[in-house]
Amino acid sequence: MQTKTSKSALFPYVLWIALFVIAPIALVVYYSLLDLHGNFTLDNYKAFFTSVYLKMTLSSFWYAFLITFFTLLISYPTAYFLTKTKHKQLWLLLIIIPSWINLLLKTYAFIGIFGLYGPINAFIEVFGFDPQQMLFTDLSFVFVSVYIFIPFMILPIFNSLDRLNPTLIYAARDLGASAITTFRRVVLPLTLDGVKSGIQVVFIPALSLFMITRLIAGNRVITLGTAIEQQFLVTQNWGMGSTIAVFLILFMVIIMLITGQKDKGGRVR
Amino acid sequence: MTKLSTSAKVYLAMVFIVLYAPILYLVFYSFNSGGSMNNFESFTLEHYKAVFEDSRLLVILINTVIVALLSALISTIIGTLGAIGIVTVKDAKMRNTLLSLNNVLIVSPDVIIGASFLILFTMVGIKLGFASVLLAHVAFSVPIVVLMVLPKLLEMNKSLIDAALDLGATKKDIMMRVILPYIQPGIFAGFFLALTYSLDDFAVTFFVTGNGFSTLSVEIYSMARAGISLTVNAISGLVFFVTVFVVIGYYFITSRASKRTEGQQ
Repeated sequence: MQTKTSKSALFPYVLWIALFVIAPIALVVYYSLLDLHGNFTLDNYKAFFTSVYLKMTLSSFWYAFLITFFTLLISYPTAYFLTKTKHKQLWLLLIIIPSWINLLLKTYAFIGIFGLYGPINAFIEVFGFDPQQMLFTDLSFVFVSVYIFIPFMILPIFNSLDRLNPTLIYAARDLGASAITTFRRVVLPLTLDGVKSGIQVVFIPALSLFMITRLIAGNRVITLGTAIEQQFLVTQNWGMGSTIAVFLILFMVIIMLITGQKDKGGRVR
Repeated sequence: MTKLSTSAKVYLAMVFIVLYAPILYLVFYSFNSGGSMNNFESFTLEHYKAVFEDSRLLVILINTVIVALLSALISTIIGTLGAIGIVTVKDAKMRNTLLSLNNVLIVSPDVIIGASFLILFTMVGIKLGFASVLLAHVAFSVPIVVLMVLPKLLEMNKSLIDAALDLGATKKDIMMRVILPYIQPGIFAGFFLALTYSLDDFAVTFFVTGNGFSTLSVEIYSMARAGISLTVNAISGLVFFVTVFVVIGYYFITSRASKRTEGQQ
């Protein structure tokens, strides 16, 4: 009796899975096999393997790698020091608050900050340099992306550091390990899971950014996400857009298999 | 634990400054009577007044809040029922399949979600606008509710249900008076996260919104593409204050709730 009602509780949920998880993926795959006139073709896949798209994929990976690398470089020490503060949960909350401010607003702020008459250029001028256009450069794109992703990287690393048993560190130190050895041989291996989920929540969205590329990088940087948006909303070539989406899904699955474990961080939107 | 060295403190302070500076920069210039984000002329509230006098912007604001509240409510109901259903699935393989499918939308990039939903809505014939945006927001919020409710259900002691049955409770009683009160913190957390997901979403909405309907994120995007407008700064100011207010409120509610459950145990 009791399981019967609980089974019926599952009904709307299973319906949701069918409609919004399985159907959309199936539709993307289906559309990737269509040309502009709705005929079946493999042309889109052929087009993806031409140098234009391969170059774009490579540069998209390169930027995603740079973004993830710098985000990790800044986030790991931050998370490490945070776990040692007195009111660490409060400090963590303060780190997370900026991630709840609308993404668009934060990006918009940098249009002003990096602008020709913005504070960064004013600062440069103090040292006698000429103001430079910093918007629409690769550097500003990577900087803003790193800024956006930092809280999402800190969170899983903080959690894994927080779970780390401190007696392990004392033991290592007692046995004569230096601070660096302790970190390299004890702390880092035990927090690798946090780092992996951090990489996962940064790298995948970094591959598919399109809003930051449009607002900050002008059209200098084309990521896979930008290309999909372009094909769907500008060129209206849904077939090609779907094909890029299929590859993005494949890359996502591969990245998840590499960094895979049960831990869930958050999502960047 | 060793104490933080000075350099560590400086490092942390730097990270905090970098994280908050752009936001405070935006809010600061929202009070600027000059038209730009460069030189501060004098204090004014005219940009805030402009936000409240712009009826189009107000409609968008109301739309955003309605979509957020409705989608959070609907996804909380579907997600909570789903989590209760998942727990009853005894077959481990089946359960794992459900959980993997649940996570698909959480890890998928927004662009993929947006593009695939655009295809879906167009094929089914749902007009792009309020309905499509609401459906999309419900769709991507359901899995996060499940993830928030599931741990609460799993940690619940099954003998609570047995005890209630022994004492003559009906199925409805068990649901309303045993299970739901127990998993309530998870449900609230799920609702709250769904709300923030919806308010924060740009990419998915951008794909599935038609010409007539807009949410705050999409509107800010088109305003930002047109260049700097201090109205956007005023919106940031409002968003910032509301966010801080909500976060502090949420912090107090959850810390009070966790104290209460600690007291019970």
